[in-house]
Amino acid sequence: MAGRTFAEKVLGRASGNTKAKAGEIVEASPDLVMSHENTFLVNKAFSEIGLSRPLNPDRIAIVLDHRTPANTAQTAEVHSRIRKLVNDYGIKRFYDAGEGICHQLLVEERLVRPGQLVLGTDSHTTTAGAVGAFATGIGATEMAGVWATGSLWLKIPETHRVELSGHLQKGTYPKDVALRIVAMIGPSGADYKCIEFNGPLIQDMPIAGRMVLCNMSVEMGAKAAIVVPDAVTKEWFRGYDPPVKAVVSSDPDAEFERRIEVDVSKLAPIVAGPDKVELSRSVDKFEGVGIDQAFIGSCTNGRLEDLIAAAEVLKGRKVSSSCRLIVAPASRKILVDAIDMGVAQTIVSAGGTLLPPGCGPCLGSHEGVLGPGEVCISSSNRNFRGRMGSDEAVIYLASPATVAASAIEGKIADPRRFLR
Amino acid sequence: MSGKPRIWLFGDDVNTDLIIPGRYLDNYDPAHLASHAMEGASKDFSAGASEGDIIVAGRNFGCGSSREQAVIALKRSGIQAIVARSFARIFYRNAINLGLRVIVSGTADSVFKDGDSAVLEVEAGTLVSLDGSKMAALDKIPEHLMAILDHGGLIPHVKAKLGKK
Repeated sequence: MAGRTFAEKVLGRASGNTKAKAGEIVEASPDLVMSHENTFLVNKAFSEIGLSRPLNPDRIAIVLDHRTPANTAQTAEVHSRIRKLVNDYGIKRFYDAGEGICHQLLVEERLVRPGQLVLGTDSHTTTAGAVGAFATGIGATEMAGVWATGSLWLKIPETHRVELSGHLQKGTYPKDVALRIVAMIGPSGADYKCIEFNGPLIQDMPIAGRMVLCNMSVEMGAKAAIVVPDAVTKEWFRGYDPPVKAVVSSDPDAEFERRIEVDVSKLAPIVAGPDKVELSRSVDKFEGVGIDQAFIGSCTNGRLEDLIAAAEVLKGRKVSSSCRLIVAPASRKILVDAIDMGVAQTIVSAGGTLLPPGCGPCLGSHEGVLGPGEVCISSSNRNFRGRMGSDEAVIYLASPATVAASAIEGKIADPRRFLR
Repeated sequence: MSGKPRIWLFGDDVNTDLIIPGRYLDNYDPAHLASHAMEGASKDFSAGASEGDIIVAGRNFGCGSSREQAVIALKRSGIQAIVARSFARIFYRNAINLGLRVIVSGTADSVFKDGDSAVLEVEAGTLVSLDGSKMAALDKIPEHLMAILDHGGLIPHVKAKLGKK
């Protein structure tokens, strides 16, 4: 008999059906559930059920991040209603406006642990796979059902293994790897699947980079994505109780539906767009495309490592007068560290605008909305038409270093020219 | 249902930013959401869609964000069902949970044209043009999901389940 996959083990354990195989539908109980501003919609549906409070308030985390500080009076009202229900239901894991992005906080605060089943009312919930959890996105009404019953139906997905080898060259980062993989697999190539990233490249990759890979996996349709947990994963939890003694992984003889090998040794900085994430090529094919806005931030690339990479490019230089650079750290801790290290100083001195921790302009509701005809290069995850504002604006995706280099030139530029 | 159900035809990878962009999500009112439905993919949809209309699309319909407002906007626009080659998973679950029928068909998007009128026969598993000249076979909606749809969505389904205990 073949061994079992990570997805089979986690969903089997969470449903009390330890023999469950890929393709089976199980009723699973999540260890942690997260929602953001759409907690408002969750609670609206939950109220219709008629229960006085959720079954497991201790398993609920709520983060206000999408429109923070409030962009409109309507949002402000949504925020205050959420604060009230947090209090009424006794939800302890609440992160108010300004603390950071939900996916960042779940990992940074060690709320997510290896082997857990995590659900979030956001597609990029897959990010938490970076620490070895099975994490997937659901909608608000479904979350209301989970609040009420503590469980939901899930089909155990088949697994796709991505083996990453080689070393990243100067000026290339996990984001370039992720964009390359999305181009190889396509926007629905991993639909309903669990992606497992493994291989020599992973062994040297910190949690921040692993989060980029798992985050972008939903752009291939993946239900969940993990980096196969290892010593780096265990180290992440050192000093946090309870200690992580064991992690959950696929058995060596587990069945994988597909195996993909990617050697990153010759990878150049990648730019994706416009309109489609899978539409990507090396940066030299885009050089000279004029930009109006450059954005560094989001659950994909707003971490300290990203701000440092941008600062390395920006140090001693100025943002072009023909564009603006907007930077949103993914959490308060990241912002504080960036201030302590002088990274924030470098970015602001170079002409960057620093935003409070949160989603920033990624979803087009505030803090850098694009107008008709404008072009943006962004370190975020989606370049869909209309996402960041006008549907006559154009968005390209790239690594924070490529975004920073482009901000200096006022047009899409290769970061390697600015790195020693 | 009034008049003839019109088919609105779309291609592959219709994402949720095309269905309802983030800039409209501050306001949760379904009528407001419907007034901007499909804005990124069709300028005629929000004004032209009426009760009972059907969306026919290609692969990966509803990819992108988990925003449930995408389903709310289409449902409020009068859409009775979406027939596509495949659906992105969160959108698919959201649709079932809100009582909107999402049906897989390997051929509907190649058989029908935008603006055709057709009748949806879920039990028979067919989408047939009003004049009978065109027909596409539909996959069955899985049983555990029909149970949710039969209740009109997840919330009434959960209420019924909790009530039985």
